[in-house]
Amino acid sequence: MGSWLARSRNIQYLLKRNICFFDKTHSLLHANSSYKTLPPYETPHGFCASVLSFRRSESTMAGKQAQADDDDGNQSIEFPGGRVGFTTEMDFISEVTDKRVPCYRLLDDDGFLISGTTFEQPDRETAARMYESMLSLQIMDTIFYEAQRQGRLSFYLTSTGEEAINIATAAALSPDDIILPQYREPGILLWRGFSMEEFASQCFGTKDGRGKGRQMPVHYGSNSHNFFTVSSPIATQLPQAAGVAYSLKMDGKEACAVAFTGDGGTSEGDFHAGMNFAAVMEAPVLFICRNNGWAISTPISQQFRSDGVVVKGQAYGIRSIRVDGNDALAVYSAIRAAREMVVREQKPVLVEALTYRVGHHSTSDDSTKYRSVSEIEQWRSTGNPMTRFRNWVLANGWWTDEHETELRGTIRKQVLKAIQVAEKTHKPPLEDLFSDVYDKTPSNLQEQEKSLRETINKYKQDFPADVPL
Amino acid sequence: MLGVLRSKVAFRANHAWGLEQGLRAIASRAFSSSTKETMTVRDALNSALDEEMSADPKVFVMGEEVGEYQGAYKITKGLLDKYGPERVLDTPITEAGFAGIGVGSAYYGLKPVVEFMTFNFSMQAIDHIINSAAKSNYMSAGQISVPIVFRGPNGAAAGVGAQHSQCYAAWFSAIPGLKVLTPYSSEDARGLLKAAIRDPDPVVFLENELLYGESFPVSAEVLDSSFCLPIGKAKIEREGKDVTITAFSKMVGYALQAADILAKDGISAEVINLRSIRPLDRAAINASVRKTNRLVTVEEGFPQHGVGAEICASVLEDSFEYLDAAVERISGADVPMPYAANLERMAVPQVEDIVRAAKRTCYRSAALAATA
Repeated sequence: MGSWLARSRNIQYLLKRNICFFDKTHSLLHANSSYKTLPPYETPHGFCASVLSFRRSESTMAGKQAQADDDDGNQSIEFPGGRVGFTTEMDFISEVTDKRVPCYRLLDDDGFLISGTTFEQPDRETAARMYESMLSLQIMDTIFYEAQRQGRLSFYLTSTGEEAINIATAAALSPDDIILPQYREPGILLWRGFSMEEFASQCFGTKDGRGKGRQMPVHYGSNSHNFFTVSSPIATQLPQAAGVAYSLKMDGKEACAVAFTGDGGTSEGDFHAGMNFAAVMEAPVLFICRNNGWAISTPISQQFRSDGVVVKGQAYGIRSIRVDGNDALAVYSAIRAAREMVVREQKPVLVEALTYRVGHHSTSDDSTKYRSVSEIEQWRSTGNPMTRFRNWVLANGWWTDEHETELRGTIRKQVLKAIQVAEKTHKPPLEDLFSDVYDKTPSNLQEQEKSLRETINKYKQDFPADVPL
Repeated sequence: MLGVLRSKVAFRANHAWGLEQGLRAIASRAFSSSTKETMTVRDALNSALDEEMSADPKVFVMGEEVGEYQGAYKITKGLLDKYGPERVLDTPITEAGFAGIGVGSAYYGLKPVVEFMTFNFSMQAIDHIINSAAKSNYMSAGQISVPIVFRGPNGAAAGVGAQHSQCYAAWFSAIPGLKVLTPYSSEDARGLLKAAIRDPDPVVFLENELLYGESFPVSAEVLDSSFCLPIGKAKIEREGKDVTITAFSKMVGYALQAADILAKDGISAEVINLRSIRPLDRAAINASVRKTNRLVTVEEGFPQHGVGAEICASVLEDSFEYLDAAVERISGADVPMPYAANLERMAVPQVEDIVRAAKRTCYRSAALAATA
């Protein structure tokens, strides 16, 4: 029954679009929407479909029970919540599975396509743009981080090691999809056209940024790019995403809400609330968990004892997939498919992207204090998302080393210039201290502003000269 | 839906437009010219929600038991039938969850009215209220506005113990970015809830469970669907010249009773119904104190950092020379609310406490605490 298209590496490159056929010939993409007939508990190829099923040496008995309930009313019982088969065998669901949920990947560690795979790949232009954006993100991170070390910025955090998640996700989504970030997803803004100047303006808190100097660095936000302002408390964006999605659903828009969190964020109560609620409300939210192994200094083993985050999806009745987050192609393919499901079926989907946080948590952190330098360096080199994707676009003939060298130089100059300009730009004017607390500035704040200006005028020497009034 | 209202309506002679408005607002009513219309606070809130949902399709209601159960306190009665499950959402038991969802939907253009079964449970969602709802407009530099209303019963009820009796007026009123309203009468309930729903800023709307069943007279103007009260304006419930008594929510009723008792002793008390704790109507309070020269603040909540403390500070700053006596603050006892009826009675202000405090400001000797 499986029409498995086995393709060699060569032929694959000649095809514009490959449709992925699964064991039961369900295709996920537009042409035949037969994925709709996929029962919720069945998962596409390669997945361990029975993660939570009864697993014992006498598993046949359990299997029979599960099927028997439809045939014979005596084999199942009715409770609030539905009909459930019963068994006289006391069988605890094990807390560990002998096989972890496998991880969807397309490129091997060196960036070569694993043979036999079929998938939706980005076209030449998109792929080149993806790699270029990953470069920009990497260079931006390096230079801004350095600027903080030099004392020119108060704070910064990088996405080093997670460039593929950032860019491939952005490329796979529609610009109409609303992003509710955690804080390690600036690549999405980058892809959507946020300029280096705008990044710098926010980080330096200048008058030019659309942030009006209100927030710490990296707390970007832009309505016009459908990217909600980064909010520091962890995981609060998860139930909020369900709310945004609900709003989209009521509007009947062909778009979804996309909410990000890290592995640490899944411990928050809001993760539970957001997932549960989205499932119950059938809200079109795409939950993306960047499982990068570390929540500041807390490793995965101290964060949860489940098989990562993907298994939690089923617990909430949410379809889920685990993907190699350092494989830009796999991320692109999986997010394309997941987004399609979310929008078409109007229900949430969870994507767990496995990756590694190569950088420190932020400039306030020195991760060598709790993990070995060799571990960090190993991830920086082997399986590096940028190297892998680079090798793929190179092999396709869509990229050259010369182009890269030239591009690196250009981007570097651009970022440096943006920083230099932002450093010298004035900070926001005094009125931005008092505006936006409410829709209309209330009388007490107007009075305070007036009083403050009078004080400044009277005691000019006590106030900085370079802050505009 | 509006069949909950009684069928008689009163008209004022000089409100000729009232007829048309009345007909528009409520379809099936018989008109009588003599009886004053009264309305319970519950019905006032229900009708306000109904009218605002009818006027704006973006308004929706969310909370535990608001739909099928018709509301834990029946405030949302009939709304599910009228507007359907898309606009009246029964939520799972997760305050953090549905507050977050409300905030998220407000971020993207809807106007949620989120009900907390009591504001004691709002503490489980307080990060969403403060860090997301209150601060977002500022932090996002005006890009994200949050036109959300958080409403529900606040403060002490009767015999519900410490975890169901706290007053949150002082906590929420400390936060820039929030507006905090405390209705007393049915007129307050209607006008302030409508104002809250229409307001583009996040509003915390503190009701009182024991007031839900109380009836108050309402004019035709109040019953009109366009009726709205301004946020930030207190109401002089009773004019007086000897002492100013400020109160909000249920304590307004107590203050009015105290004023009656004081009048018998020749003390004319001016009772101010604050209506809005944030923004606080400092102008009205100070104008009153400048007239009477004496002040008693009344609240149910804990004494430290309470609403009364803020009022005292405001009066000291703006009207110091006008005070003829020290300000008296009346508040709940500095203990978690006990359950036993006698202890509970001692833990919340009573009318006698207000009377005694007012007399003290008027230099009449009166015992400090209730020993009877």
